[in-house]
Amino acid sequence: MRILVTVKHVPDLQSQRSFTEGRVTRSGDDGTMNELDENAVEAALQLVEAAGEGEVYALTVGGPDAVAAVRKALQLGVHHAIHVSDEAIADSDVFGTATVIAAAVRKVHEEAPLDLVITGMAALDGLTSMLPTALAAELDWSQATLASALSVADGEVTIERHLPDAHETLVAPLPAVVSVTDEANKPRYPNFKLIMAARKAPVAQWSLADLGVDASAVGKAGARTVVVDASPRPAKENRVKITDTGDAGTQLADFLIEKGLA
Amino acid sequence: MTTVAVLVDHRDGAVTRPSLEALTLARTLGTPVAVWLGSAPAADAAALLGEYGATEVRVVDAADARVASRAAAALGAASADADVVLVISTFVTKEIATRLALATGAGVVVDAAGAELVDGKVETFQTVFAATWDVRTRIESDKAIVGIRPNTTIAAPAEAAGAATVVDVEVELPATRERITHVEAVEQGEGVPLAEAPVVVSGGRGTGGDYALVTELAELLGGAVGASRDATDEGWISHEHMVGQTGTTVTPALYVAAGISGAVHHRGGMQASGTIVCINMDPEAPIFEISDFGVVGSLFDVIPQAVARIKEHRGA
Ligand SMILES: Cc1cc2nc3c(=O)[nH]c(=O)nc-3n(C[C@H](O)[C@H](O)[C@H](O)COP(=O)(O)OP(=O)(O)OC[C@H]3O[C@@H](n4cnc5c(N)ncnc54)[C@H](O)[C@@H]3O)c2cc1C
Ligand SMILES: Cc1cc2nc3c(=O)[nH]c(=O)nc-3n(C[C@H](O)[C@H](O)[C@H](O)COP(=O)(O)OP(=O)(O)OC[C@H]3O[C@@H](n4cnc5c(N)ncnc54)[C@H](O)[C@@H]3O)c2cc1C
Repeated sequence: MRILVTVKHVPDLQSQRSFTEGRVTRSGDDGTMNELDENAVEAALQLVEAAGEGEVYALTVGGPDAVAAVRKALQLGVHHAIHVSDEAIADSDVFGTATVIAAAVRKVHEEAPLDLVITGMAALDGLTSMLPTALAAELDWSQATLASALSVADGEVTIERHLPDAHETLVAPLPAVVSVTDEANKPRYPNFKLIMAARKAPVAQWSLADLGVDASAVGKAGARTVVVDASPRPAKENRVKITDTGDAGTQLADFLIEKGLA
Repeated sequence: MTTVAVLVDHRDGAVTRPSLEALTLARTLGTPVAVWLGSAPAADAAALLGEYGATEVRVVDAADARVASRAAAALGAASADADVVLVISTFVTKEIATRLALATGAGVVVDAAGAELVDGKVETFQTVFAATWDVRTRIESDKAIVGIRPNTTIAAPAEAAGAATVVDVEVELPATRERITHVEAVEQGEGVPLAEAPVVVSGGRGTGGDYALVTELAELLGGAVGASRDATDEGWISHEHMVGQTGTTVTPALYVAAGISGAVHHRGGMQASGTIVCINMDPEAPIFEISDFGVVGSLFDVIPQAVARIKEHRGA
């Protein structure tokens, strides 16, 4: 079983996230591996452990600091790490990012075939949840998204997906792109031995040229969408905080009535 | 003239309110046409779409459009002439939008709170980073696809509304490699679905599993019941009620958080709501930082009193 997991480097949720000149501020200190990609790593490790053989690759696309995301994946136990970085990738939209990731997946797949690519359900900065579908389409592989459970047998992956109107079981032939939700598993913690090993583990560094991707197809040059303005929202004014001394419910109701909300 | 195709969301044959909101927004961008996937709408549904400005209702009788690539092909066939395609932003429509974009070269923005035309290009507004930043994005490509969040436009009928012409669109849907082998419908609770509700009353761990008061307040305010992840994980209430970054994102006019601490994952799914009210025993809980009106107290004392006061007011 050979699986590639995509992991994104994102600003820490607990930090003060911001934009600088229309671009997400990404500093090494406040950046981490997207929390939801821990579920993708866990799913891949569990499948390989269950199969008793196989390898897991972690792949990130991003600036120099993004290497931290694949280091984190190494700490969790993946076997190989790849960091695709190139100045021309900056300001990519979903489709540019998918083009780059697809090219990197093909490169690994050509060395020895992959069975699955597993992604998180969303990156907690862009939050579009579009990348898994765009990647499956780019690769022309089958697609099984938003898996809250998954299993592999007989050349097929079977997933459960919980949509607002229905719970579905979906079967897709391999190779497939699967995205997993945070319900799919409980991510493990890195252990000391792996943390030490991860420091020294090699990380393959690939540029667009290594992937044969035309720079004009990605980054700002290829982007179909561009952020023209980003500004912090003003703090709310006139906020009220009261402590219940017996009539807070009435005060709350009066607040709603006055606002025309009740 | 800009043609704006709106993918209509419908349930049990009825047009949902977010679809009417999207048509209202579409009128500010150009000439709306409605796209209906599934067996043809009843006359009253088609008439309603006309009232909100749709000049045509294009029907693609593609009952089996649960797979994104098939739904995208159906939508693509019915929106070939459209400059702008609007969908209601959900996990399912995001996948449809992605496939359609790859087939047409369109740029996509999802989870938008609004859109306008600037020099012939679509610009969208989004709130990001748990609603702490406002972002304006321009779609540079000739075709634009926008996923709109419910409750971000006030639905209003068109002033000069005509009857919409119902048109059948023929399309050969692509074969798919994926197979859906089992579908189990989720029982829909009464009242408005969470994502569309104008009011959401959510209960968290602080309810201790008792949703009676939260439900009573939600019903009184004409809203839906939400929950935190801890509450759904406990099995106190089903997963469909979960509000947050990995659950449903809501932007109601009023959000009430009862017994919810306000973890960043939860805030990401509700922070853009109009007015936020919280009831929490712990004065240090982070939910107070984003509340317009916060009560330090027990929900078991505060909610019954508030319900009584609202009823008294309405009776008066
Ligand atoms: C605030 C914000 C808003 C944006 N809005 C738009 C928009 O409306 N339209 C648009 O086209 N682009 C948009 N982008 C750009 C887009 O986020 C990036 O191109 C991104 O790399 C892919 O989309 P996502 O972050 O939303 O990923 P999602 O689709 O939410 O991520 C799903 C999974 O894909 C994988 N993944 C995503 N990105 C990477 C990566 N760089 N490296 C490795 N794995 C990855 C991860 O496993 C992740 O869990 C936006 C970016 C930001 C920060
Ligand atoms: C990857 C990931 C994704 C996640 N996604 C989500 C998500 O989408 N949505 C989500 O909600 N969570 C999500 N979580 C979980 C989130 O981090 C929090 O753990 C969760 O929101 C906490 O739920 P809570 O506020 O109900 O519980 P707690 O944090 O335990 O808070 C309970 C609150 O109730 C108060 N309280 C107790 N008794 C009373 C009373 N009688 N009256 C009033 N107040 C009382 C307490 O003071 C406390 O503040 C996610 C976590 C991870 C790791």
